[in-house]
Amino acid sequence: MKWIYSQRLAPYVFVLPFVLSLAVFFAYPVLSTILMSFQEVLPGQTHFIGWTNYRDLWKDDSFYTALWNSTKYTFWTLVVLIPLPLVLAVFLNAKRMKWSSFFRSALFVPTLTSVVVAGIVFRLVFGSLDESVMNTFRHAFGAGTINWLGNRVTGMLVLVILATWRYVGINIVYFLSALQSIPGELYESAEIDGANTWQKFRRITLPLLKPVSIYVITISIYGGYAMFTESFILWSGNRSPNDIGLTMIGLLYRHGIEKNSLGLGSAIGIVLLAFTMVLNVIQLRLFGLFKKED
Amino acid sequence: MKKALLYLLSLTLVSMLALAGCSSKKGGTDASPASPGASGSSAPASASANGTPAKLEFWTFNELHQKFFESMAKQWNAAHPDMPIELTATTFPYDDAHNKLLVALQSGKGAPDLADIEISKIGNYLKGDPQLVPLNDIVEPVKDNLVMSRLDNYAKDGKYYGIDYHVGAQVIYYNKEILDQAGVNPDSIVTWDDFEAAGKQVLDKTGKPMTTVETTDQWTFWPMVVQHGSDFLDKDGNVTLNDQANVEVLTYLQKLVKEKIAIAAPGGFHHSEEYYGFMNGGGAAAIWMPMWYMGRFTDYMPDLKGKIVIKPMPVFKQGEMRSSGMGGTGTVITNQSKNQELAKKFLEFAKVSKEGTIEIWKQLGFDPIRTDAWTDPAMSEPNKYTDYFGTGIFTFLDSLKSEIAPTNIKERTPAVSDVIKTKAMFQALNDLKDPKQVLDDAAAGIK
Repeated sequence: MKWIYSQRLAPYVFVLPFVLSLAVFFAYPVLSTILMSFQEVLPGQTHFIGWTNYRDLWKDDSFYTALWNSTKYTFWTLVVLIPLPLVLAVFLNAKRMKWSSFFRSALFVPTLTSVVVAGIVFRLVFGSLDESVMNTFRHAFGAGTINWLGNRVTGMLVLVILATWRYVGINIVYFLSALQSIPGELYESAEIDGANTWQKFRRITLPLLKPVSIYVITISIYGGYAMFTESFILWSGNRSPNDIGLTMIGLLYRHGIEKNSLGLGSAIGIVLLAFTMVLNVIQLRLFGLFKKED
Repeated sequence: MKKALLYLLSLTLVSMLALAGCSSKKGGTDASPASPGASGSSAPASASANGTPAKLEFWTFNELHQKFFESMAKQWNAAHPDMPIELTATTFPYDDAHNKLLVALQSGKGAPDLADIEISKIGNYLKGDPQLVPLNDIVEPVKDNLVMSRLDNYAKDGKYYGIDYHVGAQVIYYNKEILDQAGVNPDSIVTWDDFEAAGKQVLDKTGKPMTTVETTDQWTFWPMVVQHGSDFLDKDGNVTLNDQANVEVLTYLQKLVKEKIAIAAPGGFHHSEEYYGFMNGGGAAAIWMPMWYMGRFTDYMPDLKGKIVIKPMPVFKQGEMRSSGMGGTGTVITNQSKNQELAKKFLEFAKVSKEGTIEIWKQLGFDPIRTDAWTDPAMSEPNKYTDYFGTGIFTFLDSLKSEIAPTNIKERTPAVSDVIKTKAMFQALNDLKDPKQVLDDAAAGIK
């Protein structure tokens, strides 16, 4: 029983719960998905079919539609959801800002709403009827009624607006916490050296926000490619016209669940995993995360 | 160090093995009663023998179905005090209900005793070895009194797996108020050409569209195709989506849209909140949907009470069928049920017996699958549907009895329905692309 007190063993015992839960809830599902992606999964008749699922996917037009839609969505959410929360966070952090805590909570509240509720409200706001909120808004500027959710461009616009409304708050929190960890002395000494507000922002704030920005970008890429519920609710089901709202997960859901071919669904999942991993590795490399600190 | 790693590795491996063990049971052993603790809340097996109620679990996606089964469970307990049941019924959202059931059947754990499966999803559950209990022994004795084409939808290799609620006879609902303003008599609309002419008249006189067409669902297109003598799939399950009849129907629908006689349904389909509001406000003069759509009128379009008349569908040529069996939901018994025999008896009581099917009409307003019930005096008693649509719904339906065209529901149905919902209808009726091209593309996309 001496080994119980072994100092060498102790760390492993302490990490064991994590390793076990990782094995059970992550490693096993991933391995099992890889296995299933080479199978035709049917009750009582599951068998291996080699690369057929991947070949079907390769030939499937909707795969490219879904990949393109997810990529566009991810791109636009990155374009909006990094600079906007950053700027808002800087404002909220400024000492001269009035009612700062009110705005903080006001901007954060949408994050707490359920996607389903928000999605339904957005669906009605962007409805195709003359009376829908956004169409009345258009009428005020003399424009005509449009079917917001029936068109590739406006459909994506609604998705990005919904994402912005919902996630701006959470990104503000990330940036705010980073901003508050920047020591005030840096700004003081910069002021003494005669730096103006813009220079302080450009030379102190931005560089020190880099680590958190990389983190936000990384999770945004995963989040963007994992988007499904928003599209599912906006078009009341996985059936946007001409697949304008079909995302990678939507495609996975369509094949894996709606058409009951879990094998093909697994293949989509694996492709998505590989894709986002490669994308993030490239991104992290570009931002120099793998470089040694100097 | 090495030793420690070994411990760690072996522990991880053991846990992996244990898990792998769970998954390999999938499918294989399901024929025997589910293993203990499998379906969570179920009572010990065959509890009914000694008078304690046997627990049955039922999943559906329609609250009205849940209420129906709950009331039937009460009636069952009154009629069979020797084998009482305790029914736990749950309503899930449409997709959740089907997905949960599919996953439970796929994994061999957690399925309820009874469940509802909507017709366009049944193909998924008949793939491979169906994990459902064949219902032949409750269906076959009364075969002659049932609309068997409705049961064929839930059959595989001669075994019936589901009992439908209704025939789903396709009809057309006219808004009498709008037609009167335009001076159109609905009884004079016999063919689709008549319908188009009447539509022009309505548009000219009232400025309102005659009807709405679904751009993200199939209930506008499908019945017309079936009544025009074709279907999306043939009897052997081959794709016929781009045949002559399909193209003719879609071309006709597109013409209605181009002439502004029909508009795309607000919200894209006839079950959206926007649509209910639009129709309730007298947005269009007609809509064709199956009989089961009556419930949407009574519940979501209260202002149209007394203004709606139900008529047979127009036809393309004289002699074509004036209705078709559309949609449907089958109640199935899963092979994970511990009380399969009892569940079967209860299902027969609720949905196959004449008394049960009369209750289906009374409570749900559906046209039941049992034809000898149609002429029963109980069917003309007043309820919320007769209040809304007037009496004589069943005398009307009885006259259509021999004209209800069946549909082919096959394993590819979910795939066809998917392409219709997401591409074909929208491209033809919103983007106004060439119908032939649209259907060729759609058919080519179905594997």
